[in-house]
Amino acid sequence: MLRRLFPHPYLSLTLALCWVLLSNSVSLGTLVLALILATAIPLFTSPWWPGRPRIKRPFAFAAYAALVLWDVIVANFHVARIILFMPRDKIRSAWVTVPLDLKSPEAISLLAGTITMTPGTLTADFSADGRALLVHALHAPDPKALCAEIKSRYESRLKRIME
Amino acid sequence: MITAYALDIALGCFGLALILNLIRLATAPSLTDRILAVDTMTVNIIAIIVLTGLGSGSVLNLDAAILFALTGFVSTVAFCKYLLRGSIIE
Amino acid sequence: MTLLADYAIAALLVLGGAFGLIGSFGLLKLKDPMQRLHAPTKATTIGVGAALVASALDLVMLGQGVTWQGVLVAVFLFLTAPLSALYLAKTNLARNIDRKSLPPTGTKADWATFKTAAK
Repeated sequence: MLRRLFPHPYLSLTLALCWVLLSNSVSLGTLVLALILATAIPLFTSPWWPGRPRIKRPFAFAAYAALVLWDVIVANFHVARIILFMPRDKIRSAWVTVPLDLKSPEAISLLAGTITMTPGTLTADFSADGRALLVHALHAPDPKALCAEIKSRYESRLKRIME
Repeated sequence: MITAYALDIALGCFGLALILNLIRLATAPSLTDRILAVDTMTVNIIAIIVLTGLGSGSVLNLDAAILFALTGFVSTVAFCKYLLRGSIIE
Repeated sequence: MTLLADYAIAALLVLGGAFGLIGSFGLLKLKDPMQRLHAPTKATTIGVGAALVASALDLVMLGQGVTWQGVLVAVFLFLTAPLSALYLAKTNLARNIDRKSLPPTGTKADWATFKTAAK
């Protein structure tokens, strides 16, 4: 019964939390409306949520989020330096193919988002069978090293957390 | 006191950034560059809204910032999808 | 304590403004369409993030409590920036970039954008 009413508990929890945060107050009315939204939205959108993402190790996930946040800040100083001080012709951009070991779509999209937010790299496309990512690097003299770094720094961690 | 000066500097920076975006919008070589310029403008405008709220000490501006963040993202994706597939809702 | 918070807010504001400006400047300076995608997705997002943290700090110092809307805006921008970047990159690939200039996928299937374009 409970499972039928809340097919996606995490989604419901996130929606309710978002609503309470949006109204910025905890009153009875807010909570009731949050409960209604948390039930209705997952039910009406269930055709678009076939799988149920699993996070095996929540604490490792929090550590991963902290690592990514730190990398984002570092990445910004890195990119700012390239934009400001490197002459246009010296910037050597490269396309990099990153083969994937990850299988679940949720983990792959997390990896793609991480790549886009971190040091001078941007996910541009997926292969049609979902086995490789096309990554564009702003300034990469050594594309092979970049691919290895993405795999060891982010993908291996995500694999441990999600699969 | 020092925050007031810093606020002026930040507002000036984001205002200048908006002008640069407008120049890019006018001189963009391709359609995707134009979408990118509009997307960047949205983000810069969110920053200006938040900073104005900081200056006046009101929290109401944050609601406007949320609306801008939502509509900006959806409009960017809608533009791209239209260019990619020829239709927005399939 | 308040003085320290004031300095922190001021530093965040200046830093955020600088990053916002750098992102928009990069949009003008870089010459390749794919390179131009890098500047706004990163620099501008962190600029707005710094502004939001500064505003949250300021409201806390004013005694208004923690305002969660600001946190929501920051989280939302952080989650959507990679998605709009991905869509812009796919559009760019389909319209402006030759398939031959891209590396092979290493698998049997082609890149997704070109597969739908051929259909």
